Amino acid sequence: MTALVLLDHEGGQIRKAALSAVTAAARLGDVHVLVTGDAALAQAASRIAGVSKVLHAADARYAHELAEPLAALLVSLAGGYDHIVAAAGATGKNVLPRAAALLDVQPIPDVVSIVDAQTFVRPIYAGNALATVRSADSKKVLTVRSASFDAAPAEGGSAPVEVVAVVDSPDVSRFEAVQLSDSARPDLESARVVVSGGRGMGSEEKFHALDPLADALGAAVGASRAAVDSGFVPNELQVGQTGKIVAPELYMAFGISGAIQHLAGMKDSRVIVAVNKDPEAPIFQVADYGIVGDLFEVVPQLVEELKK
Amino acid sequence: MKILVPVKRVVDYNIKPRVKADGSGVETAGVKMSMNPFDEIAVEEAVRLREKGAASEVVVVSIGVQQAQDTLRTAMAMGADRAILVLSDESPEPLAVAKVLKTLVEKEGPSLVVLGKQAIDDDMNATGQMLAGLLGWGQGTFASKVDVADGRVVVSREIDGGTEQVSLALPAIVTADLRLNEPRYASLPNIMKAKKKPLETIAAADLGVDMAPRLSIVSVAEPAERKAGIKLGSATELVEKLRNEAKVI
Repeated sequence: MTALVLLDHEGGQIRKAALSAVTAAARLGDVHVLVTGDAALAQAASRIAGVSKVLHAADARYAHELAEPLAALLVSLAGGYDHIVAAAGATGKNVLPRAAALLDVQPIPDVVSIVDAQTFVRPIYAGNALATVRSADSKKVLTVRSASFDAAPAEGGSAPVEVVAVVDSPDVSRFEAVQLSDSARPDLESARVVVSGGRGMGSEEKFHALDPLADALGAAVGASRAAVDSGFVPNELQVGQTGKIVAPELYMAFGISGAIQHLAGMKDSRVIVAVNKDPEAPIFQVADYGIVGDLFEVVPQLVEELKK
Repeated sequence: MKILVPVKRVVDYNIKPRVKADGSGVETAGVKMSMNPFDEIAVEEAVRLREKGAASEVVVVSIGVQQAQDTLRTAMAMGADRAILVLSDESPEPLAVAKVLKTLVEKEGPSLVVLGKQAIDDDMNATGQMLAGLLGWGQGTFASKVDVADGRVVVSREIDGGTEQVSLALPAIVTADLRLNEPRYASLPNIMKAKKKPLETIAAADLGVDMAPRLSIVSVAEPAERKAGIKLGSATELVEKLRNEAKVI
């Protein structure tokens, strides 16, 4: 059996989450990947360990991963594959269901575990339940959670690259612009340490109190939905059911109460630390280590301690 | 211009879902049900577009059991003009829902279909994209801003590392993300008025759509619970634990 993985990219780099999708696909069979963009991206794809063939959609219409042309392309390539896989990020969730509809397949999103070639485990109800589902479709279309599969090594492979032909699709969409947040910090979904703030941060300005700690730990910065809704930080930092799902080695929650929807995004972290004024905050029920106190006092103390 | 807004009746977002003892699913009997929160945002956006004069009529549709009428009445109390209930027994999968919606789109001829980006029960995040695929329309998913002008819609989309804008020819599909708007509360007079707005009921079986599920549920289980750990008195103690006990820094 062979699986085709749509490798998504951002800012000229293959997203690390896509490397986790390669690992998941390798559990299902031989792995081919489809990548759009320039030749450098195709070369990067060919070096991923475990990939046996790279399909490069080099035409400019695919460069921005617009769903309309890309889904049509996936459908044209689908004949040779038993599984079509992508990371459960913005691109995979945008493109794969459209392709699935055109293939008359019910997609299986957010897979966290592969039981066999037909059977997959996925969270429902914001992770409050885990459903094991079996697909009766002849082809399976799935997105996988990067937090649940290790990233395939980005180097070590030498797969051949084949440029794929353009496929007709409805000319109904065009890319206009993109605004990427420029951060020197590691990617939230693949960081080893995540430092997150919630409503307790108080304001956009005060949210930066976490910066020295994130710098000291080499951590990514995250936020709860409450912090995003309050306008402290942009939405791409949101961790939770409606944001990013993370599972770092260490997750530190500051001023986060621990709403179900936030826990859904971080409860699989290896070690959880919570700092909150309210001793009754639900976050303490999932935290390995908790401090009841004022985060604006605790954070500078932590930074000092880490320097020792 | 007409806007179609599909809405789903789901377990209220304030209720902690409980897995049934036999592992066949999540308990919904006797549980408070509400409109899917993302669908409320979709309804709000459609109503705002009509209030701005960009649209002339907002039609809401739900596919499900008889009680989904309540969800449709809520949408009409928020400002939707009329409603269609497609009666079906089981909880259909996004593929089946998209096929049903396609038949309604062909009948109603909307220029825009606005949906919530995902339902908070099955968390599929698929119906809008699938409907767009079946119709051959453009799709603006995970929208945080929607501008309709000159036969096109420009959608700001929430993507992994920021935001992007796509321009779509109408007719088109938009799926609503959280930051698109803050839905209004229905006022009492509007709730009363909504009771008199037209609600048409259609049997799913009459639409000639194959609604058989493609996924079978093997089991539904509670996730492993995390245990509460220990409370510490100081930052010094915490760093010591993280270094020497948890060994994560």
